[in-house]
Amino acid sequence: MRPFEYARALDGPDAVARFRPGTMYLGGGTNLVDLMRLGVAEPDHLVDVSRLPFDRVEASDGGLRIGAAVRNSDLAAHPLVRERYPMLARALLAGASGQVRNMATVAGNLLQRTRCPYFQDVTKACNKRVPGSGCPAIPGDHRNHAIIGHSEACVAVHPSDMAVALAALEARVHVTGPDGDRVVPIPGLHRLPGTEPHRDTVLEPGELITTVELPSPPAGSSQYRKVRERASFAFALVSVAAVLDVGGDGTVRGCRLALGGVAHVPWRAERAERALLGAPATEEEFVRAADAELDQARPLPRNGYKVPLSRNLIVRTLRELTP
Amino acid sequence: MNRVEAYDKVTGRAKYAYEYGVGEVAYAHLVQSTIARGRIRSIDPGQALAMPGVIAVLSSDDPPELGSLDDAELALLQSRAIAYRGQIVAVVVAETPEIARAAERAVRVEYDAEPHDVLLRPDHPGLYPPEKVNPGLPTDTERGDVAGGLADAAVTVDATYTTPTQHNNPMEPHAALAVWADGGLTLYDSSQGVSAERATAAKVLGLPPERVRVISRHVGGGFGSKGTIRPHAVAAALAARATGRPVKIAVTRQQMFEVTGYRTPTIQRLRLGADADGRLTAIAHDVVEQTSTIVEFAEQTATPTRVMYATPALRTTHRLLRLDLPTPSWMRAPGECPGMYALESAMDELAVAAGIDPIELRVMNEPLTEPESGLPFSSRNLVACLREGARRFGWERRDPEPGIRLDGRWLVGTGVASSTYPARRMASRATATAEDGGFIVRIAAADIGTGARTALTRIAAQTLGTSTERVRVEIGDSALPQASLAGGSMGTASWGSAVVKACEAMLKNGAVGSADTTEDVEADSGFARHAFGAQFAEVRVDIDTGELRVPRLLGVFAAGRIIDDSLARSQFIGGMTMGMGMALMEETVVDEEFGDFLNHDLAQYHVAACADVLDIDAVWIEEEDPYLNPMGSKGIGEIGIVGTAAAIANAVYHATGRRIRDLPITPDKLVS
Repeated sequence: MRPFEYARALDGPDAVARFRPGTMYLGGGTNLVDLMRLGVAEPDHLVDVSRLPFDRVEASDGGLRIGAAVRNSDLAAHPLVRERYPMLARALLAGASGQVRNMATVAGNLLQRTRCPYFQDVTKACNKRVPGSGCPAIPGDHRNHAIIGHSEACVAVHPSDMAVALAALEARVHVTGPDGDRVVPIPGLHRLPGTEPHRDTVLEPGELITTVELPSPPAGSSQYRKVRERASFAFALVSVAAVLDVGGDGTVRGCRLALGGVAHVPWRAERAERALLGAPATEEEFVRAADAELDQARPLPRNGYKVPLSRNLIVRTLRELTP
Repeated sequence: MNRVEAYDKVTGRAKYAYEYGVGEVAYAHLVQSTIARGRIRSIDPGQALAMPGVIAVLSSDDPPELGSLDDAELALLQSRAIAYRGQIVAVVVAETPEIARAAERAVRVEYDAEPHDVLLRPDHPGLYPPEKVNPGLPTDTERGDVAGGLADAAVTVDATYTTPTQHNNPMEPHAALAVWADGGLTLYDSSQGVSAERATAAKVLGLPPERVRVISRHVGGGFGSKGTIRPHAVAAALAARATGRPVKIAVTRQQMFEVTGYRTPTIQRLRLGADADGRLTAIAHDVVEQTSTIVEFAEQTATPTRVMYATPALRTTHRLLRLDLPTPSWMRAPGECPGMYALESAMDELAVAAGIDPIELRVMNEPLTEPESGLPFSSRNLVACLREGARRFGWERRDPEPGIRLDGRWLVGTGVASSTYPARRMASRATATAEDGGFIVRIAAADIGTGARTALTRIAAQTLGTSTERVRVEIGDSALPQASLAGGSMGTASWGSAVVKACEAMLKNGAVGSADTTEDVEADSGFARHAFGAQFAEVRVDIDTGELRVPRLLGVFAAGRIIDDSLARSQFIGGMTMGMGMALMEETVVDEEFGDFLNHDLAQYHVAACADVLDIDAVWIEEEDPYLNPMGSKGIGEIGIVGTAAAIANAVYHATGRRIRDLPITPDKLVS
């Protein structure tokens, strides 16, 4: 890897003050260090934010405030998460391996890069890595790539499990940066690729995630289900985070659905949610809702299987959540 | 007994190739071609050489002097021609591995690229019959009237099966340390056979063999990929010679995909015919597979079909295609593994078509002699393995109807397949001496994680009539008596023969015994020697998602006398786990645009994780075979992987009613 400078930030303002062009923030390093070895990321300066005081999980206003540097394994094991947001715990535990989760931070998980093999190989073109160089995944192997919201410039998917659960839970990300603090909702943090696939998120240079805030848990029961090629340590082919609240009359009072493995972002399935609200909680309605969402799917020649897989997974998960 | 090196391994004291300490060491990193076919126009190392800490850049601008160019994969930096993407075009040497790796990207190589051809297909005009298939077997065989046998059959199967490119991926990446002194070379390498590696290294470097020493005391898995010297070790030797420094090299996981061999993809057409009772009337097994444009490697894929079943008509063929890809190489159970996947899948299809239980079909077609050669078997207990497995697995309760067992959202099914692997041995030498109140056995054998050191200790102790604590076995050094490699499931049989002979000689004269089994091995003829086994699998397929789990895997093997129960079990279930990976997930994707292997790390090339391996068991039946070797043992390193994929694929059919003929069986192929 290329030589770089390393500095450990003392606090949030110190980290932001140290930021200049060529700087990257270092969390657990489980993705960034790999990318540096591969030459995909070539920062001149690393500012280590893994030991900032953003390492606590606290109850607040009926919700939860999660420090950006909290380790994935700690978050998954936290009693408040297990008790009130079991879907988030499941999503975390569905990701990576025990060793990786022990290192990876919450903010790093949100900001991890796609595992598209072309992105990770500097000898090949990739619009996300080198804007304008092309996307070989479109004519090439894209079995694990996007079916929704992709563009001619990029068909990569976001790899996180945790982010899918956070999208369903309507988490908000607190950010500090050169221009002050702001709050970004999680559906909204990640961008669709459009013509600028090199921008994964709406964060501006130098902005640093300090806290992830969860509102109080939505009513109903929830589940996170992930389909992958082996029983552990594999990225999702498709995953779903679902919350379903069914009233005494058997109709859907509330529904949250988010999909992983299908888009450049953790995909909030709003069309399916709208289709279900007030509808009877029946298999037919679940199918109708899933189809309403997947109507907009534009699978590539080799990943068409993700459409029936997504549909089946949505229907199956909602059925299991129906009382 | 525990493995004799167990304590060294768990405490980290066991040294692997990269861990040897030596002063003044420099570090090499490989620079690889970014085109799949064409020529190097220019190499500019200027920017790399200007980096602080960079010592040298070796390239074909100044080709290093070699003794032999026979093996084009080892004749490094001699030619400007590019035969595949990832071919070594330069070697950077620097003060640290990080600098070497950074400098690799600073070496500017310009190419004149030509269109490449990387896709194996059965209708390619370039397909040709090689002169022989590995390891020197006939390319094609034909006996009896195959066309007539198929035409007269009451039941036929005509199906094509494919297996993808697969990579060995041992836990320890290939690594070497090269040290020159007094005109001789010491090579610490991760090797499955130091004697053969010494011979090849000497030949390639133009040295007399006695000036080369190869040391490889501990190896973190090889599976064939360390069976022959790989280019990284030659690169280290050349870099050390050029710089006058000891040079270490570690091949990255990504580089392993191009530099350390792989299993060819296969396209296999199976035609089986049987009479109304299920007796085979004909078998035709036609294989299409690949090699590179620079070295011919012909996997012996159809050869197990020459061994397995009685039939009046039998044809096997191999056709090779030279593609602009790296040369395939040895991967666990080369030939038998992909070939038996296809044959045993076809046998299952025949059983379904004929309405016969798949075990009974196999029993009914049990041959009296080896079908192709007519030789008597030294021992053959396939039927006993099938029967014992059926009993343990609960086969008699099985309803053959496919696609009808639903447990919650899981479709459940079971499958069976036969397994086989040749029982061979090669000539080796060994010495045994009485020293310090105990015994020392010396042989240039290799323990690649199999437990060979322990097995040889037991063999020696038994021959000497002493306890294993009083025997020390020294292996992994070419300065020891010359031995064959750990490959082809021949290690224990080959080395054990020499160890027994040396120990017996020592008992006779009381102090020193030495042995050479060349003549013993040359006398091994007159019998067909194979191990056999039966593999049983239960699978569950999620009807919504196509996810596939294997709750039960059982292997029953007949492999002569088992020398060490726990080592044998470890070998068997290790092989079966790899077979599960082959069935469900292992696949190297060829990138047609760039002409290389697209997925090249363990995040994207999936092998079975611990969570995938549920109830797995391997057992064996007692088998007496006096025609093998002094131990009465057959090799067990590879038979565990043979047949597993077919048993799982057959179980998938039984569970779902769908026959997936293209491995791996991933959820995308099952979801609907």
